Amino acid sequence: MSLGYIVRRLLGAIPLLLGISVILFTIIQLAPGGPLDMYAENPSVSPEALAQIAARYGLDQPPPIQYFMWLSAMLTGDWGYSIRTGRPVLGEIVMRLGPTLQLGGLAMLISLLIAVPLGIVSAARRGSRLDSAVTVISFAGISTPVFWLALLLQLLFSVQLGWLPSAGYQSIGDGSFLDRLRYIAMPAAVLSFATIASWSRFIRSGMVDVLNQDYIRTAYAKGRSERGVVAFHALRNAMIPAVTIIAVDFVTIISGAVITETVFAWPGIGRLFMESMNGRDYPMLMGLMMMGSVGIILANIIADLAYASLDPRIRYG
Amino acid sequence: MAGTGPLLEIRDLVTEFRTETGVVRAVKGVDIVVEPGKTVALVGESGSGKSVTSLSVMRLIPKAIGGIVGGEILFRGRDGRVRDLVHEPEPAMRALRGNEISMVFQEPMTSLNPTQKIGAQIAEVARLHRKLSRADAWKHAIEMLTLVEIPDPARRADIYPHQMSGGMRQRVMIAMALACNPALLIADEPTTALDVTVQLQILELMRRLQREIGMGILFITHNLGVVAEIADTVAVMYGGRIVETAPVEELFDRPSHPYTRGLLDSLPSVDHAARAAGKVARLKAIPGSVVDPRNPPHGCDFNPRCRWVIPACREAVPPVFPVSPTHGARCLRWNELDG
Repeated sequence: MSLGYIVRRLLGAIPLLLGISVILFTIIQLAPGGPLDMYAENPSVSPEALAQIAARYGLDQPPPIQYFMWLSAMLTGDWGYSIRTGRPVLGEIVMRLGPTLQLGGLAMLISLLIAVPLGIVSAARRGSRLDSAVTVISFAGISTPVFWLALLLQLLFSVQLGWLPSAGYQSIGDGSFLDRLRYIAMPAAVLSFATIASWSRFIRSGMVDVLNQDYIRTAYAKGRSERGVVAFHALRNAMIPAVTIIAVDFVTIISGAVITETVFAWPGIGRLFMESMNGRDYPMLMGLMMMGSVGIILANIIADLAYASLDPRIRYG
Repeated sequence: MAGTGPLLEIRDLVTEFRTETGVVRAVKGVDIVVEPGKTVALVGESGSGKSVTSLSVMRLIPKAIGGIVGGEILFRGRDGRVRDLVHEPEPAMRALRGNEISMVFQEPMTSLNPTQKIGAQIAEVARLHRKLSRADAWKHAIEMLTLVEIPDPARRADIYPHQMSGGMRQRVMIAMALACNPALLIADEPTTALDVTVQLQILELMRRLQREIGMGILFITHNLGVVAEIADTVAVMYGGRIVETAPVEELFDRPSHPYTRGLLDSLPSVDHAARAAGKVARLKAIPGSVVDPRNPPHGCDFNPRCRWVIPACREAVPPVFPVSPTHGARCLRWNELDG
């Protein structure tokens, strides 16, 4: 793997991130309302006090000036302060990162463990009843709204059966592994459902493609069993096209499963994003979205590197 | 080799495919005998059923799309025992494939796994059937590359297929096929995708290896030039049947089926006298097109294209007439063609 290539890709990301930050900033500014609107209806906050707060956060400046203030602070590593809570943006994000990584990591693990075998089996037995069943479930998974599935699960497991807590991160005063597991189970299941559906489709189509290749026939002619052919010859080739989608989906989930986290009151990045959105917390939103952008860019670089390591025909120089 | 008798004897093989429009019979009762150490060329145009015959011997036709529905494929293994491959259980077939029966395919560019090193793909066969260790199998792979005359074999073992030319890749395919000293090699148009000069090199290589290893070869081709080069016996296939079979010289000297005649006549020949006189002979083609397997003609499969056709040809499939003890032709007028 060429180090020069990685460095070049990272340098190329800089103008990209600058462009993204301009667009994000503009979009946030275009959204109706502002961070101080939550005080506007409050009779105990005088117009003078409001103006003072606005001046303190630089909100009285025209948007381009605000952008350059944000940018110059960002370049020195200062992510700014949340207007809603007054705490540093970076500290707030780091605090929320833990629960999101737990939830996202678990969901990814479940998705990989289920989607890969499902995709392989339905490709190897294409046209079978199992394949049709997987197809139907996949489309159901892709088209089911996350919040609806989440509510159904809550109704069943929390309200009807009373097996699992409906929302939250852990019980007050508990926090043992088992207790946390009970809380994470439903959000992780909801989050996995859609990814399992889309990944298994991807892996299936990659696998079908590969299983029709001449070298698969060669592998059978060598005396390999079907299982051997799949494991030693088909899988690696079939994973190549699936790598990008998996890498990017991974970042999407890590950078905040907004709906899932909100419905299950999970104290992660996604919920922080929702809260900041509602409060028009400009610095926090910029911080969160820039972090997400960096994540996506890195995921793409990693996916390209993974390509090259899976497929010897691809070399970057 | 223990025991005596043919290495491979295909008797009345019938193979069918299931398609959306119904069952298609691709091979309609084929008989082929391959003697140990000898080469049988199976000749025919695309769609004649020659590749399906070879895949039937390997039992490599996916169950989902079709399979053997009749006949016998008798194979004499290393242990001297004769088995019918049609009824051999799948695990026993796996133990034969790549080991006692090997196959080389037409497309060297796509028949190798693009994500595995050359050496690993050859070593795989030895590891699978001989249970060699990783290191020994790798050494064996390098020996095999040496055997197929690939220069600098140790370095070549360590590269990927896309770093090699088509001819080199076909040598690799042959090395892979021969890694376990098979008794039977099935070569399905192994030179078709290659340049003419490379074709000749590969044919010479196969002949040399046959002398050294003593394997029988079932060589599938549509190229009569290649047949003359490599075969001991020729079986000409048309519309899913063997229409003529003979030792190679006899077939070229006395073709006794109109289709074989047509094939031989369509070979370009360099007639220096004619060329000097400014007369260039046109290539002769067989009129009409290949049998539609969904809708085969009644009687002899070749009758719609045949110059010698008589009403009886349209009534029933002609039996095989003995032109000589070693030469058979499936034509009612086999002894009238010279006129």
